[in-house]
Amino acid sequence: MQRHVDEEFAELKTQILRMGGLVEGQVQRAIRALVERDADLASQVIERDALVNSLDVEIDERCIRLLALQAPAASDLRFVTTAMKISTELERMSDLAENISERAIELNEEPQLKPYIDIPRMANWTMTMVRECLDAFVRADSKLARKVLSDDDFVDNLTHQLFRELLSFMIENPATISRAIRLTFIGKYIERIADHATNIAELVVYMVEGKIVRHIDPSALLDKSL
Amino acid sequence: MATGSDARLPVKAESKALSFYYGALHALKGISLVIPERHATALIGPSGCGKTTYLRCLNRMHDLYAGNRYEGEVFLYPEGVNIVAPSVDPIEIRMRVGMVFQKPNPFPKSIYENVAYGLRIRQSVRRTELDEAVERALRDAALWTEVKDRLHEPAWALSGGQQQRLCIARALATGPELLLFDEPTSALDPTATARIEELVTDLKQRITIVIVTHNMQQAARISDFTAFMYEGKLVEFDRTEIIYTNPSNKLTEAYVTGRFG
Repeated sequence: MQRHVDEEFAELKTQILRMGGLVEGQVQRAIRALVERDADLASQVIERDALVNSLDVEIDERCIRLLALQAPAASDLRFVTTAMKISTELERMSDLAENISERAIELNEEPQLKPYIDIPRMANWTMTMVRECLDAFVRADSKLARKVLSDDDFVDNLTHQLFRELLSFMIENPATISRAIRLTFIGKYIERIADHATNIAELVVYMVEGKIVRHIDPSALLDKSL
Repeated sequence: MATGSDARLPVKAESKALSFYYGALHALKGISLVIPERHATALIGPSGCGKTTYLRCLNRMHDLYAGNRYEGEVFLYPEGVNIVAPSVDPIEIRMRVGMVFQKPNPFPKSIYENVAYGLRIRQSVRRTELDEAVERALRDAALWTEVKDRLHEPAWALSGGQQQRLCIARALATGPELLLFDEPTSALDPTATARIEELVTDLKQRITIVIVTHNMQQAARISDFTAFMYEGKLVEFDRTEIIYTNPSNKLTEAYVTGRFG
């Protein structure tokens, strides 16, 4: 039976996708602003965060309305509550893109410390995780969601590598400290974005399978995906 | 079907391969279901699925009509008497298994006499004992403060919600171990419904409750266990929170999400 509420659910899905697309663009632009030393682009990212925030509120309102009026159950309930939490995760990602842009603007005050290699790699890998966790949500694909969970290690490792490299700069030459610290922050921001992507992936596993996999040893999750 | 930790809950009643026929109509088809003691179990399912028929088996209500036939067994614990065995006296069973119906059906008597009725027909009781029993039942049904000054007024003078609580008091007066509710709030407004729901939640601390309801949110609010029935069969039985968040069966999923049909 086709239900009227299915249209509401479809619209909610579209809103999440729109917000996901917007956030993806925010992160991409923030990284480009850093690499290309483009302060204007960085300022645009900071301005556009308001768009993401208003979508977050819209999605929240829609979810609250659906919960109040439709009292969804079973897979419908898991879908709506998941959408609500995904919106929060995306909003946090956009905040981090804003933080990257702020650091990029500050870094433009001084010459570039070093060629950026690991940061774009981390960012690309993270963007793939963001895209895949949203694809997993839209297609209700818990297998893809579990893949995203395992992908997080790569970003974590690169973050540590970046930190060690920047630390050696700071030890050798204290004049690099302010730039190196800002770049360390940026590494951390990207790593946090990847963490939010894994949070979304965990929510998707719950939505599809009804199992809460948050705060569980990741190796246990991998066993199940085989 | 219930999860492992529930297997240790004490059982109040249990049907084993229970079938029921209204003449030639095969209404219940081999239902095996455990009713956990001092919990509320909700029976849900579309109209005609057999949930009311099942409920009525639990206190031999079907005996009132000729041509009805039970197959299988329904045990009432602790002693394990088979409720549907022809040798078992239905009056005895109904003393232990009370019932509250969809529409409030007080007797055309006073408030007091409605509650005292079950005790009077059972045995001769001294007036003071009767007074005490009536007060206790009315208190347990959360009606005492509203009627204590007009116990001898006719029951029909009460509001619908009060009448329904009077019927609950009447059922409680005989000290039942199991209380059956057949859509007890479908004729009541939201406030009266909320009071009955609160009452059920209080009562289940002491009495085992089975409730048939079409209101799925009501089942979700007040029951601990839910049985989903379809076409005379038991489809799924589990903790209510599991039925409403992550049911195992596709049919249950379709029913609780309103995708049925």
